[in-house]
Amino acid sequence: MFAFIIRRITQSILVMLVVSFVGFAIKNQIGDPIRDIVGERVSVAEREALRDKLGLNDPFMIQFARYVKKVSHGDLGISFHHAKPNVDVILSKAPATLELVFATTLILIFVSLPVGVYTAIRPNNWFSKFTMAFSTLGVSIPVFLTAIMLIFVFSVELGWMPSYGRGETINVWGWESGLLTADGLKHLIMPSIALSSIMLPLFIRLIRSEMMEILETEYIKFAWAKGLFRKRIWFVHAFKNTLLPVITVFGVQIGILFAFTILTETVFQWQGIGFMFLEAVERSDTSLLVAYLMVVGALFVTVNTIVDIIYGLVNPTIRITGRK
Amino acid sequence: MKRHWERFKASYLLYSFKRDRIAILSFTILVILVLLSVLAPMISPYDPYDANNIDILNSEIAPAWMEEGTREFIFGTDVQGRDLLSTMLYGLRLSIIIGCGAVLLQAFLGITVGLSAGYLGGKVDSVLMRIADIQLSFPYLIVAIFVSAIFQVAFGVSRYEELAIPLLIIIIGLAEWPVYARTVRASVLGEKNKEYVEAARVIGLSRKLIVVRHILPNTMTAVLVISTLQVANAIMNEAALSFLGLGMPVTKPSLGSLIRSGFEYIFSGSWWITIFPGLLLIALVLFINLLGDWLRDVLNPKLYKG
Repeated sequence: MFAFIIRRITQSILVMLVVSFVGFAIKNQIGDPIRDIVGERVSVAEREALRDKLGLNDPFMIQFARYVKKVSHGDLGISFHHAKPNVDVILSKAPATLELVFATTLILIFVSLPVGVYTAIRPNNWFSKFTMAFSTLGVSIPVFLTAIMLIFVFSVELGWMPSYGRGETINVWGWESGLLTADGLKHLIMPSIALSSIMLPLFIRLIRSEMMEILETEYIKFAWAKGLFRKRIWFVHAFKNTLLPVITVFGVQIGILFAFTILTETVFQWQGIGFMFLEAVERSDTSLLVAYLMVVGALFVTVNTIVDIIYGLVNPTIRITGRK
Repeated sequence: MKRHWERFKASYLLYSFKRDRIAILSFTILVILVLLSVLAPMISPYDPYDANNIDILNSEIAPAWMEEGTREFIFGTDVQGRDLLSTMLYGLRLSIIIGCGAVLLQAFLGITVGLSAGYLGGKVDSVLMRIADIQLSFPYLIVAIFVSAIFQVAFGVSRYEELAIPLLIIIIGLAEWPVYARTVRASVLGEKNKEYVEAARVIGLSRKLIVVRHILPNTMTAVLVISTLQVANAIMNEAALSFLGLGMPVTKPSLGSLIRSGFEYIFSGSWWITIFPGLLLIALVLFINLLGDWLRDVLNPKLYKG
């Protein structure tokens, strides 16, 4: 097990090196740091001197090594537009995105688990059939359209819900939270529903098919033959084993949710990391874009590694054969 | 040619198609949508790219059946005064072109990688598949969004918009090739030790010939199944990119950029600019998905899962 964890972590460090190489290459190719620092009026000789001093004339690999060292110390450079360290900019926007993802995860868990299990136990029930038909429609509607339609119906036509922003926030130990005020919660409802809409059909189908598969296995048949209570078979014997693959997919999909936050945040003007990313694109703020890449890359790699290690802990066959 | 037709007529595929109402319905609708997009220059009442046709005074006219609507514009007009029906038809055309182009590119890349990894095995296999693994650990959408953002910053907005169609095809194609690579590799591994491949090797056929003529055709079922679903995916991704302003420009809108341009005007009551292209997009993706689901069930009952 120890060897497996070490192997998995080495691999993720390699991936992070690849990601930072891409990031560094972008930084190196787009934009001229000297011009960003001194402007147009400085003479060529002075520029060259500055280039030397900043080490910009060093070989590519040496510069890259220096960059990796800086990044591993948490220094992601300075944003052109905000004139602040990129880390600070991203950290100040992170709570909004994290709260959105958190609320979405709650919706996903509390809706997909019961519905998935129910449709597996009663596959021919009208509700199950309706859910399955609806889930195909669900995956075909892009997140931003769900969001727009929610705004159109509930904000424009009915006027029940606020259409943009985070509402009132409270500062809790430096964390700008919208979860503690009624207004903030009200603002959170539609964005999190919109964000969960793309994943919900996927999860329901996954849970349903896993559960149905397990209900066909020998040990469940044996449990029926023993005359155990239905509820015990469903919720203790079958449900536990359904969870195993579901947890892995869940971990990876939560990472994917971060990608979709860009769309949701744009529609709802939600001041999170995704919104910041698009602003950075509009302002050609390469430094911030690369910092975003590093942070999101690190996030995905960490989530994937943790999920794999947990899966390795639960399922020994993975450890021996390597990756799935 | 005739023999192939006879074989197709007797095939299980056609048999189950005829018995499945949803498959027939979605196939028919898709054919109609594709025809509409191919014939867009002929059937659309106005040319949305022709600036002479556009009158800003016509902007935000409601659909014909509403009180403020006029007969001239059936679905109303958009913010710039373009006929919404014509703009939607041209947008549909762009979405389909980019979707199919991107899938062709990713299929080409993925099949090449998958075939070589699967057949050659060893070092080649582990290197190629590691690359695919690394890319797969990041969601396609975020890869596509990031690459297009970098392209836009590197090229500048106006140049990016000029080159938008080929660039989008490349971006979406590059973002999703690992799906094909994995599927093809898996089926190559299944095929390569079968007797017919050994027989071909014994006859002394070259490696290239065995891979291309003997193994490749047998991986096509899997490729076909994922291709339909990938087209739907590519169209959704294109729409998402365009909606974020990283795709087709408003002057040459795809369905996604049309939705983007109309979105602000929802608040002033001009819902049609957003809702109609949105419904068209949903219909397109939904019927491709339905057809893809059906195809998957028919061709590969073993794969039937979520």
